[in-house]
Amino acid sequence: MSDPVSALKNATYVADIAEIKEVGPVGMITLRGDLASKPVQKACMTAAGLKIPQQRHCFTQDGNSIAWMSPDEVLIICAYDDVAAMLGKLNNALKGSHALAANVSDARAVFDVSGPSAREVMAKLAPVDLDPSQFTAGMFRRTRIAQVPAAFWMPQEDMFRVICFRSVAQYVFDVLGVAAQPGSEVGVFRR
Amino acid sequence: MLIVSCPNCGITAEETEFHAHGEAHITRHTVGSSDDQMETYLFMRKNPKGVHFERWRHQNGCGKWFHMARDTMTLEVFGTYSAQTYNPPKDLLAEIDAKRPGWRDVS
Repeated sequence: MSDPVSALKNATYVADIAEIKEVGPVGMITLRGDLASKPVQKACMTAAGLKIPQQRHCFTQDGNSIAWMSPDEVLIICAYDDVAAMLGKLNNALKGSHALAANVSDARAVFDVSGPSAREVMAKLAPVDLDPSQFTAGMFRRTRIAQVPAAFWMPQEDMFRVICFRSVAQYVFDVLGVAAQPGSEVGVFRR
Repeated sequence: MLIVSCPNCGITAEETEFHAHGEAHITRHTVGSSDDQMETYLFMRKNPKGVHFERWRHQNGCGKWFHMARDTMTLEVFGTYSAQTYNPPKDLLAEIDAKRPGWRDVS
């Protein structure tokens, strides 16, 4: 089988204020269904060992994450090679219930934005209140980055993980790079 | 700029995260309806200066539809409510009545 290739082949942009890195292939499974229903909750638990996260939150355990996307959708994030097995388990557990699980790993691109001004870099591009008191680690936000839809969360302080469509990966990488230009820090979130 | 709260995911954001999709609560006339009804359904819009009810979608967020009541002149957003309804909720109408007396005669 051919090797998976991520959208930008791990492109990296390094500046004093933030570092932007395309994360290689990441496994992603979209699961749609009634998130309050037993079969869906059970399927997440048996297949990924994850419970359904709170509204607008991302829950991580043992290297796997689950993110709340909308009232009837979650995104399971795992290692790229684990997707097929996990999808099999999910579909098995969901048999007979009205839900859909799909492998979307190759439809997306994933970036890490890290550094002392990571919050600022994101705040310049997304219409989201990223004040440290408003947006904290564990929260998940679907929004736009400049002109394209994207989603992000903070695995830890000073670090954002950004997901966008693969077709706009270059655009997102470029605008993140512009927002992280040397000397462009504003200092608005400095405590 | 409008500040909108999505009733589906609870996010409050400015309008560029959302997209407007025209007047709400329009009866969808279909097969078997008269020409007049069809014309009304397709073309007749209120376009009021003042209180207006619209369909919106959380385009760059949860992707869900909802309804919004707002003032087209002052850009005040009175409130948002579920898309799965034929009429605005009573408490929202009461709030608009209090803020804009007589709006029902205009729009």
